[in-house]
Amino acid sequence: MSNIKERMQDIKVAAQKMGKAVYEDRQSPKHITPRQEYQKECSKVTTLEEAILKSGLRDGMTISFHHHFRGGDKVVNMVVEKLAAMGFKNLHLASSSLQDVHTPLIEHIRNGVITKISTSGLRGDLANEISHGLMEEPVIFRSHGGRGSAIATGDLHIDVAFLAASSCDPLGNACGYSRSEEPKSICGSLGYALPDAQYADKVVIITDDLVPYPNTPNSISERNVDFVVEVPSVGDSSKIASGAIRDTKNPRDILLAKQAAKVIINSGYFRNGFSIQTGSGGASLAAVKYIREEMLAQNIKASFALGGITAHMVKLHEEGLIERLIDVQSFDKVAAESLKNNPMHKEVSANEYASADEPGSATHYLDIVILSALEVDENFNVNVLVGSDGIIRGAIGGHPDTAADSALSIIVCPLLRGRIPCVVENVTTLITPGSTVDVVVTEYGIAVNPRRPEIAERLQKAGLNIVDIHALKNKAESIIGHAAPLPFGNKVVGVVMNRDGSVMDVIKNIEA
Amino acid sequence: MTDLKDALAGTLESGDILVQISPATEPGVQIDLQSTVAFQFGDQIKRVISETLNELGIDRAIVRATDKGALDCTIRARVTAAAVRASGKDVWKD
Repeated sequence: MSNIKERMQDIKVAAQKMGKAVYEDRQSPKHITPRQEYQKECSKVTTLEEAILKSGLRDGMTISFHHHFRGGDKVVNMVVEKLAAMGFKNLHLASSSLQDVHTPLIEHIRNGVITKISTSGLRGDLANEISHGLMEEPVIFRSHGGRGSAIATGDLHIDVAFLAASSCDPLGNACGYSRSEEPKSICGSLGYALPDAQYADKVVIITDDLVPYPNTPNSISERNVDFVVEVPSVGDSSKIASGAIRDTKNPRDILLAKQAAKVIINSGYFRNGFSIQTGSGGASLAAVKYIREEMLAQNIKASFALGGITAHMVKLHEEGLIERLIDVQSFDKVAAESLKNNPMHKEVSANEYASADEPGSATHYLDIVILSALEVDENFNVNVLVGSDGIIRGAIGGHPDTAADSALSIIVCPLLRGRIPCVVENVTTLITPGSTVDVVVTEYGIAVNPRRPEIAERLQKAGLNIVDIHALKNKAESIIGHAAPLPFGNKVVGVVMNRDGSVMDVIKNIEA
Repeated sequence: MTDLKDALAGTLESGDILVQISPATEPGVQIDLQSTVAFQFGDQIKRVISETLNELGIDRAIVRATDKGALDCTIRARVTAAAVRASGKDVWKD
């Protein structure tokens, strides 16, 4: 027999031993507001300016963004303009990638608002200006998996993340789509934003659809969110991609696609339960069409398709040819809608997708990847970032991650684009090391990395035109002549990080 | 040589070149080249243009060329067509 009064002495002793206080009933009044109204009073919901002030952002800190709205993104420009108006300087902008639409950043760089950039890619006027030496600090380029790793290890520390979401409740549960009747935007997977949400010191969700709690199933959890800001629009979804499946009519793309499909079918990896990732280029999308025909003919099903998911992949999934879709980025509206509606269409973070540090990341379990290239060289090195004119014009994306981790990496590119050769002596910039590239498909023949003699043998047996990579380079040169060297200057405008965190290459400024 | 009039050939499509030939007051061929591949192939493109005009016997002209990555064979064809139109001398028929 004992009551709490009698046990009080023992409670005090226990608390003292544990270094804890003894509970006191402070009788704080209960909130009695009905919860649908109470949630609207959530202190996380605020204006952009207040969120910035409360986040503790200071000059010199790192801000981050995702690029799931691609060319339709409105959040980067909106936030940086606000930061400029508030007088911030010397910020490090760490976006998962940057697009043509981010041209206004040029002025913010000139005015000292942004003095450092980390990204997967750069395009348009911003890329052109940076290539000509706009910034004092070089831009740091990482692959999607590399960025996820760098955020997780602290190499890339984010102070405040500003993450666009197509729906969010007042507590911060956010998605790349909305279940409202008339949603304002949709981008599908928020895969590239998930490391930011998890590791940034402060997370601001910027949404154009503030919905009632609970916004489930959610992509970003309220437990990672500090502020929620409602704005009229976070992005123009029509600029992701129309979503209509358009088969390429370009005869060269069709030829390349057929060759790539034959490589896959005869590679030894085309078997029941295989996994595949394709890029979004015309040839690799068309290749899916020919692979599909063969899957039907041989009654072969894939276990999953990975990466940037397209309407093509959704179609194969809905036909039962691909069991699951693992989506780090929805490339079109069809894919984004499928992610919203289909439980077998799974969203993954950049880390789960392609981190070199995580043994379970999906790329490690990828059989086949089809990739494009701006340039491939005689050592099978690939460049997807810097144009043959020396100007930055692309993005690393998941190229080096998937090439390195997959069982079979296939590069599909024409031998020439106009007068620009795609098979060269040395790539302008090293993005994907040749040691990770297995097969190069061109319209003049297929080159197999000498490290994979068994693949060459299988393809030769299947009657494919296997050629030496040097012969391809010579063929290109015989058509276009010898290119004069590019007028590079002495300033380093970009640093290319390998996915393991080491520095792989630098990009020099271009003069002219 | 024959008097030239303004003439052009080609398009601004990728892989093509637009060649405009005009009469010049000064002797010699003056080439004003805009090219997407100027860094690497500018000199080669100018050489192909002057060689082609030279073979056609044109040694006094202003050439404005807007190149979108055309191969040498395309450049020769467009320069020849522009020259035929400028000089009125049909090199294919004659």
